[in-house]
Amino acid sequence: MNAPKAPTPSQPPDPSRSSYYISDALYGELIAGFTDWQDDTRAVTDVGARDEFRRLIEREARLLDQFRYDDWLAMYLPECVYWAPSTPNAGDPRREIAVMFDDRRRLEDRIYRINTGFAWSQAPQSRTVRLVTNVEVFATATSNVRMLRSNFLISEFWDKETRMLTGWAGHRVVRSGDGWKIAAKQINLLECYQAIRNLSIIL
Amino acid sequence: MTALEKVGAPPTRLGGTALYDWDCLVQEDRAHRLVYTDPAIFEAEMTQIFGGTWTYLAHESEIPNANDFITRRLGLRPLIIVRDAEGKIRALYNRCTHRGTTLCRFDKGNSKSFQCPYHGWNFLNTGRLRGVPWPEGYAADLRDPKYNLAQVARVESYRGFVFGTLNLDALPLTEHLGPIATVIDEWLDRNPGGEVVVCEANRFRFKANWKLAYDNSCDGYHVAYSHRSLLETENRFAGENAKGMAYYRNSPDTQAMYMRYTGHGNHYKDRRPNLEKRPGGLWALESAHPGMEHYEAEFIERYGERAFSLLDLAGSEPVNINVFPNLSLLGNHIQVFEPVSVDETNAVWYGTMIVDDGSIGADGVRDINALRMRTQEGFPNFGEVDDIANFEQIQRGLMAVEDEWVYMHRGLGIPDRVKTNVDGTITAPATDEAFMREHFKEWKRLMQTRANLAIRREP
Repeated sequence: MNAPKAPTPSQPPDPSRSSYYISDALYGELIAGFTDWQDDTRAVTDVGARDEFRRLIEREARLLDQFRYDDWLAMYLPECVYWAPSTPNAGDPRREIAVMFDDRRRLEDRIYRINTGFAWSQAPQSRTVRLVTNVEVFATATSNVRMLRSNFLISEFWDKETRMLTGWAGHRVVRSGDGWKIAAKQINLLECYQAIRNLSIIL
Repeated sequence: MTALEKVGAPPTRLGGTALYDWDCLVQEDRAHRLVYTDPAIFEAEMTQIFGGTWTYLAHESEIPNANDFITRRLGLRPLIIVRDAEGKIRALYNRCTHRGTTLCRFDKGNSKSFQCPYHGWNFLNTGRLRGVPWPEGYAADLRDPKYNLAQVARVESYRGFVFGTLNLDALPLTEHLGPIATVIDEWLDRNPGGEVVVCEANRFRFKANWKLAYDNSCDGYHVAYSHRSLLETENRFAGENAKGMAYYRNSPDTQAMYMRYTGHGNHYKDRRPNLEKRPGGLWALESAHPGMEHYEAEFIERYGERAFSLLDLAGSEPVNINVFPNLSLLGNHIQVFEPVSVDETNAVWYGTMIVDDGSIGADGVRDINALRMRTQEGFPNFGEVDDIANFEQIQRGLMAVEDEWVYMHRGLGIPDRVKTNVDGTITAPATDEAFMREHFKEWKRLMQTRANLAIRREP
């Protein structure tokens, strides 16, 4: 196959071109990281800290509503995961089909496809307004990692109708410089295990 | 042995006559728009097709243990598919015999019995009425079989695929499948132990008639256009023009792939001849998927020469096997079409994973499945969404009353293009609409026939 050669220490692989970081270890860590994290004793109550993360979630929603995909992707670590499970309790993605399970490259595929102009499910493109609320912040065992929980309500106008997609999201954010980047986003659609009409926007 | 109960003609409607002249509605080269738009035809299909022929109900791996159940439908009939305490698979009507309430409202579970939430009638998962509250209030003998749950008269499995029909005259399932069973065998036998297990699904709802999905199932003509965004995405890096379904881009009819009609509305599209016949030939065709480079490198290190035949197990098998009216095995998916109304349908793309038969080892199976989940999510996310947008727009286009016909005559009348083989199967190039002409003949046959239908109840 045409895959780039395995990385050497001097030349880290570009996750936009090849996918070396999605491994069994990553799956294991991802599942562990998204289990039992919504623990009251770990809730961050500091108003300033909470506000910083609330702004991050709000900015993400705005960038997606404005189709600013490059700016949106820049909020994520180069090696990121975007995961919409197909069951309410988010099973093991190694043995369960997900609604979506994207690495960096597949997220870029998703954007590329919409931008071809030939994605009939997005021609004309959906317009969205996203409400994000109930933002909670949880500390983790690692001081530079936080878990965020928020509720979302996406109003999507497509094909002359407005419909709603709702659920909650879990963001795993990692300190990066003087800010935070998204390492993983888990999108828990309320109806993830039921048939959904034209789910072709970025959530 | 359960008792049969014949299904007679439905109560006569005032002014009711035979619905249509079916020979007028479905002709050799075209089908009338009403076939897709008329609620009365849809209602007739729910008995004549979904009932009159073998219909896919479930996969045995969804109910692996005694007393497991899932809820499904046969046409619009709500069913509880159970594996009873003795291991027998039954398709119970999810309908209380008292007032008609559905008994079970869950997608899946494990239960020896089902109690009606309305008045408390309680049924064993064999379908037998176990008891009712305050039975002394009934003069009638509640042991009469008519109070036991209705069941689909005939339920048979082929290698894990469970089908049901109400038609007492239908051929035994294996005979009905005929030549398509061989292709199903090949689809299964490439997996360890010749087996797959269902593992959740990508589930779509669309506002269009169910047949538009079946008409698409073997269609090699639409790929380059309907899936243009996918083909461009799969080959977006410089130098790549052979990934995924790229072989549909240029003169698909001159390639080795073909379609074959095998009878009873069943057909398959075989893209396997396009492949290089070597370990890794399938894997080489795969476009980008999460984790593929990591796992490939790890497999080469761990398994050496054998790595590529293992990676092929995560690759998407290039064949579409379509069993009329509602099943399509494609790639590694078990796709099921569920009619909802004349202009609403679910397309459920069940994922499959491989099982450990001892030939690979638990770690290898886990890793192949981790890759296989990601390869399976690709097409539903980036391909099916666009097909479905087109199905919905066909339904909309067909609202133009005076413009009556849908054409399916690609390939018709060209000498030597469509070949009838000695076994009666029909072969044509990949973009030919012969498959659609043939499944519409079967559709018409079923719609014209008053089938010998029955339900069953425990005695």
